[in-house]
Amino acid sequence: MGYGWNGKILRVNLTTQSCQVEPLNEEWARDYVGGRGLATKYLCEETDPQVDPLSPENKLIFATGPLTGTYGAANGRYMVVTKSPLTGTVACSNSGGYFPSELKYAGFDLIIFEGKAPKPMYLRIYNDKVELAGANHLWGKSTSEAEDLIRNEFHGDAKVALIGPAGENQVHYACIVNDKHRAAGRSGVGMVMGSKNLKAVAVRGTGGVGVADPAGFREAARECYRMLRTHPVTSQGLPALGTAVLVNIINQSGALPTRNSQSGTFDHAEDISGERLAQTYLKRNKSCMGCIIGCGRVTQLSDPRWSGSGEGPEYESLWALGAACGVSDLAAITQANYLCNEYGMDTITAGSTVACAMELFERGLISEAEAGMPLKFGDGDAMVRLIEQAGKGEGFGKKIALGSYRLAESYGAPEFSMSVKKLEFPAYDGRGIQGMGLEYATSNRGACHVRGYLVSPEILGVPEKLDPQAIEGKAAWAKGFQDATALVDSAGVCLFTTFGIGVPQVGKLFSAATGKTADEAALMEVGERVWNMERVYNLKAGIDPSQDTLPKRLLEEPLPDGPMKGAVAHLGELLPQYYSARGWDEKGIPTEQKLKSLGVTS
Amino acid sequence: MQKLIRIEPSKCVGCKSCELSCSFKNTGEFAPSRSRIINEVFLEEAQFITVTCMQCDDPWCLKACPKGAISKHAQTGTVSVDELKCVGCRTCVSACPFGMIKYAPLKGKADKCNLCGDDFPECVAFCPTGCLKFSEEDTPLREKVLKFVRTMKAGQGEV
Repeated sequence: MGYGWNGKILRVNLTTQSCQVEPLNEEWARDYVGGRGLATKYLCEETDPQVDPLSPENKLIFATGPLTGTYGAANGRYMVVTKSPLTGTVACSNSGGYFPSELKYAGFDLIIFEGKAPKPMYLRIYNDKVELAGANHLWGKSTSEAEDLIRNEFHGDAKVALIGPAGENQVHYACIVNDKHRAAGRSGVGMVMGSKNLKAVAVRGTGGVGVADPAGFREAARECYRMLRTHPVTSQGLPALGTAVLVNIINQSGALPTRNSQSGTFDHAEDISGERLAQTYLKRNKSCMGCIIGCGRVTQLSDPRWSGSGEGPEYESLWALGAACGVSDLAAITQANYLCNEYGMDTITAGSTVACAMELFERGLISEAEAGMPLKFGDGDAMVRLIEQAGKGEGFGKKIALGSYRLAESYGAPEFSMSVKKLEFPAYDGRGIQGMGLEYATSNRGACHVRGYLVSPEILGVPEKLDPQAIEGKAAWAKGFQDATALVDSAGVCLFTTFGIGVPQVGKLFSAATGKTADEAALMEVGERVWNMERVYNLKAGIDPSQDTLPKRLLEEPLPDGPMKGAVAHLGELLPQYYSARGWDEKGIPTEQKLKSLGVTS
Repeated sequence: MQKLIRIEPSKCVGCKSCELSCSFKNTGEFAPSRSRIINEVFLEEAQFITVTCMQCDDPWCLKACPKGAISKHAQTGTVSVDELKCVGCRTCVSACPFGMIKYAPLKGKADKCNLCGDDFPECVAFCPTGCLKFSEEDTPLREKVLKFVRTMKAGQGEV
């Protein structure tokens, strides 16, 4: 330890308010690297998968990787791992900004939170000085207000990760916001943090991260730099327009889920595109720590109804709060995006839940009297009002705060929730892009785009162009992308770099940083190990393989229009191929032999 | 003219690659708090300001040093600390009005930007946006002048 990893874990028991420093388990660090993999290993070893996610017995783990805090491939990430209250699966949510690196500079790799504080508290870290402080005065404050208060009373250079009122009010998809505008967004990790009465983690670190082979590390970083500065996606698309560059691309491909996935194209896509955002509210571009892509968008909203500034909306938010709700009002989308950041809510689930409510309203299942307003597709003002009510836990917002599955189920119509394992899928239609349908059905945290982003080959042609409607070979592609992503998430590297660099480059950085030589095959095996460990956790948690499915709409209702007209998701064909590619049995259970070869405890 | 690190704040995206690369080259660790160049991020205002030693013609730090440990190179103009002569008294730290020379506790010496000595400045090599340039010409000033001149040009022909 000492190179790449700090070799130290901070264990915080909120019930007894004790903070202890422990050595990092070196054997686990070798096998699971860090971040997503290592934190999930700790979760598996230390908690019962059947635990109530909101009980003190559930643990909340903040995890950096061995590359977090260095340079080369946007190495500024951390992950929050816990059991999700939204899905009941393992949760792992990823964020960048400056907080993750600061945690490394303070000397820690992971923080494990246990128990539940008797009253609101927050954790203050100044290098090796760690203390829990009262947070009564911060409770109820928005994420940006609370962050300012903490910096004023603790340290002006502190980096802060915290929940907003949504986490306190137990919104099922509350997120953990850091550095004002970045978020560990999905799966309700902020709800778990709120259930523990933990408002924030503030850290100031003045130390450094050393590497085993400085010359080798620099060389590997220069190679990444050259590749990222020349690849069209990482040197042009993302820097120019941010993730919002995708709105027009995905709409033109016929896979932009519109009005709760009733269509695959949105007539007003241009109005909510990255190009339009650049012409209107964009103030300037912004990076996370050590990132040479710089996809962040700082925006300033000027509209008769609202004013404000912040970051985003990103592609997923433009879609969820826009196309999914049929909303083309960019000001309303931007305002709702700011509200999600201030209350601390996942924009994808928030927008998708509003979209679901709009369909339930139009089908007569939700009345105007109950909702307190008409909920028609396309009504941006209604969408903004619902988002605000959800964050505050007021009025019909209490129902929106449940997420789309619980909302739709309460009206006896769960089929109108566009989710898998109760996690709403993001901005790609699984009918229009077959690989994404498979990816949603099999992702270990429910429907997700950052577990195996097959949009890259199927639409963007990176690393090679695949036919989005083809079935042949997709299962193997899904496995490969899922395993590579699990490795990238475990190393502390931003997934967006993988448009321009690959596992070999991450491997060079990893080997030079840690002094533990790992070739591509060994690192891909780490990814596969992580994936199988997550699968085993979910099975033990009671998430059986029958949940590897898609909403009825994607399986049975053909896309009504656009370039992919007539397409349905061919999951029935893909799933057996996927189980086989994974080396699992035909029921989707990892075989003893597979788990033994990976060293995963069954 | 002297070659200097030229900074154009409008091109900065706040990635701190300069702080990472500077600290890694000069201390062997990624430690932004020990970087000689400072990239300050103002989240609220979305402003990113980068500052480093300007290698003064008549440096306060040099004049203040009681041990003659700071010198200005006759050809390159670089102001650097001779660590064999420096006793770590920190007089230079007090003298610099810009805070661009600091005391490095790990080595017990004054520490400042020396433009990476004989090497190309590492921060410039790792800056992804061209915010930092190493040149004789004052490129940010030229950009400002050009912006003004273009405005003037656009106004020509109108009475």
